[in-house]
Amino acid sequence: MRHLLSVSDLTKTQAISILDTASELARISDSTIKKLPTLRGRTIVNLFAEDSTRTRISFEAAAKRLSADVINFSAKGSSLSKGESLKDTALTLQAMGADAVVIRHSASGAPQRLADSEWMRGAVINAGDGTHEHPSQALLDAFTIRKHLGKGSSDLHGLRVAIVGDVLHSRVARSNVLLLKLLGASVVLVAPPTLLPVGVESWPVTISYDLDSVIPTVDVVMMLRVQQERMGDLYFPNTREYSRYFGLNSERLKSMSANSIIMHPGPMNRGLEITAEVADSARSVIVEQVANGVSVRMAILYVLLAGQPLEAGNK
Amino acid sequence: MTITNRYLLKAAMLPQGDRADVLIVDGFINSVSPNIFDNEATVFDVSGSVVLPGLVDLHTHLRQPGREDAETVLSGSQSGAKGGFTALSAMANTSPVADNAGVVEQVFRLGQEAGLVDVFPIGAVTQGLKGESLSEIGAMADSIAGVRVFSDDGNCVFDPLVMRRALEYIKKFNGVIAQHAQEPRLTVGSQMNEGNVSAILGLKGWPAVAEEAIIARDVLLVDHVKSRLHICHVTTAGGVEIIRWAKARGINVTAEVTPHHLLLTDELARSYDPIFKVNPPLRSERDVMALREALADGTIDIVATDHAPHSVESKECEWQEASFGMLGLETALSIVQKTMVDTGLLTWAGVADRLSSAPARIGGYENHGNNLTIGSKANITIINPDATWIVDRDLVASKSRNTPFHGYELPGVVTHTFFNGLPTLIDGLLVSKKAGS
Repeated sequence: MRHLLSVSDLTKTQAISILDTASELARISDSTIKKLPTLRGRTIVNLFAEDSTRTRISFEAAAKRLSADVINFSAKGSSLSKGESLKDTALTLQAMGADAVVIRHSASGAPQRLADSEWMRGAVINAGDGTHEHPSQALLDAFTIRKHLGKGSSDLHGLRVAIVGDVLHSRVARSNVLLLKLLGASVVLVAPPTLLPVGVESWPVTISYDLDSVIPTVDVVMMLRVQQERMGDLYFPNTREYSRYFGLNSERLKSMSANSIIMHPGPMNRGLEITAEVADSARSVIVEQVANGVSVRMAILYVLLAGQPLEAGNK
Repeated sequence: MTITNRYLLKAAMLPQGDRADVLIVDGFINSVSPNIFDNEATVFDVSGSVVLPGLVDLHTHLRQPGREDAETVLSGSQSGAKGGFTALSAMANTSPVADNAGVVEQVFRLGQEAGLVDVFPIGAVTQGLKGESLSEIGAMADSIAGVRVFSDDGNCVFDPLVMRRALEYIKKFNGVIAQHAQEPRLTVGSQMNEGNVSAILGLKGWPAVAEEAIIARDVLLVDHVKSRLHICHVTTAGGVEIIRWAKARGINVTAEVTPHHLLLTDELARSYDPIFKVNPPLRSERDVMALREALADGTIDIVATDHAPHSVESKECEWQEASFGMLGLETALSIVQKTMVDTGLLTWAGVADRLSSAPARIGGYENHGNNLTIGSKANITIINPDATWIVDRDLVASKSRNTPFHGYELPGVVTHTFFNGLPTLIDGLLVSKKAGS
């Protein structure tokens, strides 16, 4: 595995080994000395051509805990906001000797363009591209689900996950559909028909327009963010109606099955797709997702750059 | 002293399959018969090759004036001659737009100066391609360019009233409106065919219905006002069905398909390489098969290249930032052989019709598409159908390199092109205008 561009790059074995590596790394993170020397002397560039705080910080923390040198290259104030091409940026990073580039970009496929080009040689890690994929988010979600509901199993076999909201524009949904399927879970997408892509029929999922009927039947309710900029675009009449049909509120919380959990990739629109009391409820693992994000991203960097998974007991 | 230009093509295979020699004298086809001997003629042994009437492209972007870095009338003419074309139709979306007599006359003159093909300018339907008010259609028709084909290609003539008026107005001189069928509201920000692949790639979909809705509207409009409509680059099985229905009703509509839509599908977008980004987009395998069938049965009348040169930087970027368009002139005949002839869907006589006679008829290009008739202007293309070649973007005659077929091995090598009786291509090499005489 040279790059991580899409969940479809992963075999089941590779995905599980990333999750297992993340578990080992999480144990180390709990100890007093959080830092590992694994990537000492390696340079990782965070190329964030689109605003993002949590993913960038999460990758930065992950790289630093593995002792890598981290360079942050963000949209605002950099040459990216001055119209520099992706090619020139890549050539610059190559000249700086980047061993890996973590890229967030508003254009779907930009990470693949970097990886397929001869502009740079380092590993490319997709940290979210347009409306395409966000593989590290899917991996941290799977890690979180496995931890809560895995019952010691290495995969997610037999679990049912509902992904609710703007699937059409969601890179989180695309990566999660692929990874959950790979790990043996079944997925139901719940959204207004306007926010499901044409072609979704070919995905390995079931579709529902009725959140109330789905909620009692699933182990995980994963809410998606409703982007502010979509609201004027005829996808639904108004935010009140959206919340009524597709928002997770305390009524719906009550009908959730025992042991089921609530997830959200953040940032949340409290009061729109999720109410504050649900977000802060006992079933919510949203804050934990953030913490797990660092361990999973450490594991991704570890596997890609150190060239091997971290075996249990091999420290 | 009288110098005559005499060329003798020996052992050619005519489109209908007969073997014959073809004698060209002073620009005209002098005779076509089995055994011609002429001591004064320059002889080309073309045994094993097919002789076709010179290819006519009804849809070419030559980029001049405005984007001479991507193509000029001269480089486009060279690209055309290399691909076997003797006539090109220069689309109006230049900068400035060809919406007045001045620009179309300039393009026409540049074509004459290049002297490798006839360059017939297409006039814009509306001022600035904005779709709001009619351009100076009459002045362009009466100019030395004698424009008969009008198109806002790149943009759709979206407003139904503007389309109606344009269709009516051109009846004055038997013109034709070539419509770029793309409903703009259904394609805001669209990047690729809407379907299974776009759903996975997260690229904004371009629904087939955006094309089909305009085709349906316009065949009804042209029927109502009894004018002449041509549909540019049809890409969908549904569009084919509507045109088939319209023709069965006797509606005066013609249609074109591009070589790339006869071969490539939206699966290629999985690479995110914008070399495959084109307007209208590559569609599904099912659409490709429907287009081939429609070209074979005549529902689609012609192949037109939509040759769209672009600079390197406008393709060497993210998909959504990249320009739409592909080169087409130098690969067109090979792609048609591969998709239509070698598959048994079309004979060489069919190719002569779809790439020469029919487009010449639609455009009103009198000296073209004459199917090797004795006494007609000697516009001729010779292709060796048994040879193959590998497309190399670094070896194209176009100023741009954006061919989607780089590295493809294709059947059919265009070896010779004659324009008005003079060779523009000999053994695959371009002849400069002066050296040819």
